[in-house]
Amino acid sequence: MSTHHTLSVLVENKPGVLARVSGLFSRRGFNIESLAVGPTEHADISRMTIVVVVDQLPLEQVTKQLNKLVNVIKIVELDAAQSVQRELLLVKVRADAAVRSAVLELAQLFRAKVVDVGTETVTIEATGTADKLSALLKVLEPYGIREMVQSGMVAVGRGPRSITGTALRSLDRSA
Amino acid sequence: MTDSNRSVTGAQSLVHSLEAVGADVVFGIPGGAILPAYDPLFDSTAVRHVLVRHEQGAGHAAEGYAQATGKVGVCMATSGPGATNLVTPIADAYMDSVPIVAITGQVPSASIGTDAFQEADICGITMPITKHNFLVQDAADIPRTIAEAFHIALTGRPGPVLVDLPKDILQAQTTFAWPPALDLPGYRPVLKPHGKQIREAARLIAEARRPVLYVGGGVLKAHAAAELRRLAELTGIPVVTTLMARGAFPDSHPQHLGMPGMHGTVAAVSALQKADLLITLGARFDDRVTGKLSSFAPHALIVHADIDPAEISKNRMADVPIVGDCKEVIAQLVAAVRAEYEAGHRADLTGWWAQCDSWRTTYPLGYEEPTDGSLAPQYVIERLGKIAGPEALYVAGVGQHQMWAAQFIQYENPYTWLNSGGAGTMGYSVPAAMGAKMGRPDATVWAIDGDGCFQMTNQELATCALEGIPIKVAVINNGNLGMVRQWQNLFYSERYSQTDLGTHKHRIPDFVKLADALGCVGLRCESREDVDAAIEKAMGINDQPVVIDFIVGQDAQVWPMVPAGTSNDEIMAARGVRPVWDEVEG
Repeated sequence: MSTHHTLSVLVENKPGVLARVSGLFSRRGFNIESLAVGPTEHADISRMTIVVVVDQLPLEQVTKQLNKLVNVIKIVELDAAQSVQRELLLVKVRADAAVRSAVLELAQLFRAKVVDVGTETVTIEATGTADKLSALLKVLEPYGIREMVQSGMVAVGRGPRSITGTALRSLDRSA
Repeated sequence: MTDSNRSVTGAQSLVHSLEAVGADVVFGIPGGAILPAYDPLFDSTAVRHVLVRHEQGAGHAAEGYAQATGKVGVCMATSGPGATNLVTPIADAYMDSVPIVAITGQVPSASIGTDAFQEADICGITMPITKHNFLVQDAADIPRTIAEAFHIALTGRPGPVLVDLPKDILQAQTTFAWPPALDLPGYRPVLKPHGKQIREAARLIAEARRPVLYVGGGVLKAHAAAELRRLAELTGIPVVTTLMARGAFPDSHPQHLGMPGMHGTVAAVSALQKADLLITLGARFDDRVTGKLSSFAPHALIVHADIDPAEISKNRMADVPIVGDCKEVIAQLVAAVRAEYEAGHRADLTGWWAQCDSWRTTYPLGYEEPTDGSLAPQYVIERLGKIAGPEALYVAGVGQHQMWAAQFIQYENPYTWLNSGGAGTMGYSVPAAMGAKMGRPDATVWAIDGDGCFQMTNQELATCALEGIPIKVAVINNGNLGMVRQWQNLFYSERYSQTDLGTHKHRIPDFVKLADALGCVGLRCESREDVDAAIEKAMGINDQPVVIDFIVGQDAQVWPMVPAGTSNDEIMAARGVRPVWDEVEG
């Protein structure tokens, strides 16, 4: 059965790298569930967190193909239990005076923040696992969700080890 | 070229870089965006530019040069249509792991993205068909980029690399210094195999009772033909060479069972199907070799050695995966297998050889003389191979003539057989032969082409005639798109939709006149008695390209054949002839 796999991919911070990575997934017939990309502590390296739903064997194949991209420096699969995985949600909920306190209470229960208030709506910011965010959305839904946006997942391994450490050391050597 | 920090233009920096990296030939066509590069190229004595007639010709010529010499082939084109005309040869080089560098002009940086005249996003277009590509954004990066492009193209699993140079970058003032430091933190090909895997493979090799060495083009890419021969002769194991590996092991060698695959020999296909161990060296379990994958070599354990980790277990699960350069892998296998033998482990292959020999003698490669009295294409190709000999280079197009050339010419030496295997690019032959002749000027180079293929790229004969590149072309003219016609004959109820080219019926074009018009000697041969004389006449002409129009029968077919998508067990030795296999237990 296909399961979710989270890949952390260290790439050179160069133009076109995102296109190379995403193009490879579609070309080889793999669907990306979510993709988040941002800077790392090293200016020349970006980090992508890619969630894919595939079996183990095709996952190996796509990982090997990714590794062949010249701009890809390192790939690590992050196990859900051994890593912290977070997504960001911004959701605009209908909340007039009559229901606003109920909505705010729900937000508080989920340790979400209210980041914007209007007469008709409130906008809530929440971070967490995909499960937590979908639970929040479920309880907010009866009030009326006007708009929402959700980030791709970002993840980092638990414990003191760093996946960028070794990659950076080899970079320094080659420099 | 060690002088540092000379003040130059980007274009001069490009030409100096090409000189420094050792590119001696560039095939290309100038145009607006690449024009600045052509000015300093005019003065270069180290780099010879060959002005081709179509950029596709430049790309295939670069491939032919690379495949004949083992060096990086270089092609150059302008932006937009010049660059997109390179797409087919780049895709071809990607499929067959041919090291080429394509240099393209691009509209000025400020115009990129504005749909400027002759603008095409060639980096975007070639992303899926290059090993890597570069859009240069600073003239100072030119030497490093060219050095990286050549390094990436040639090392690891070879492949095409494209360098796109905006016009303003070529015109900018910069400095040139060589050698530049490469900056490729994500590029580290694994060359040395893992010792444990080598020992495990050696153990399986020593104990296998029905082993086969399944040899692919990677052995040639790794320059490992000598090592392969050592391993084969040490073990006594039967060898099959794929379409991309013809010449990696001498056809005359008694251990050679021939080519496997859709049009392979019965012995090679049968040996793979009945094997208990495949020692796969630089091959990739391509569908044309495996037939229906689920029934391919059903009893075999798989040792799979390849320099590209992504090839291993891509199509067929490997029991012993070995990532490494074939030269290193095979050399280590030789030592490890020898150690196994010295420890007293060695299976007896006598029974297996009896099997293989019986397939070989019962179902040898052959063909029937056409009943309509027409000239047999196989005979033409067979004679060509005999007369031109094993030192000549043979460069095929794609289709029936390609398969016959793979079957009926005896290859004894590496890098004497060039063709478009993975992509199956019709039109490859003439320009690739031109490139091969540039790389190996002392060798006899025969293009073996079909009348369909020949009409796609024969314009490069004008290039050959003018640039003094005397290739020889055997047009196997059956008047049709022969391989397609064969499939229509076998699978589409003999309904020959759009396969008659009129090259027989109307003699349009007349290839002898065409050859003449292109500055070549044109000959025609229509009967068996004249074949040798025509070939010998062509062999004697070395100051001009020669084209022989061999008028052959249209009904000849390529056999053996495993119909596409079916199991290799369904191989037909000839029309209506199924081999009998019951001698071997599964």
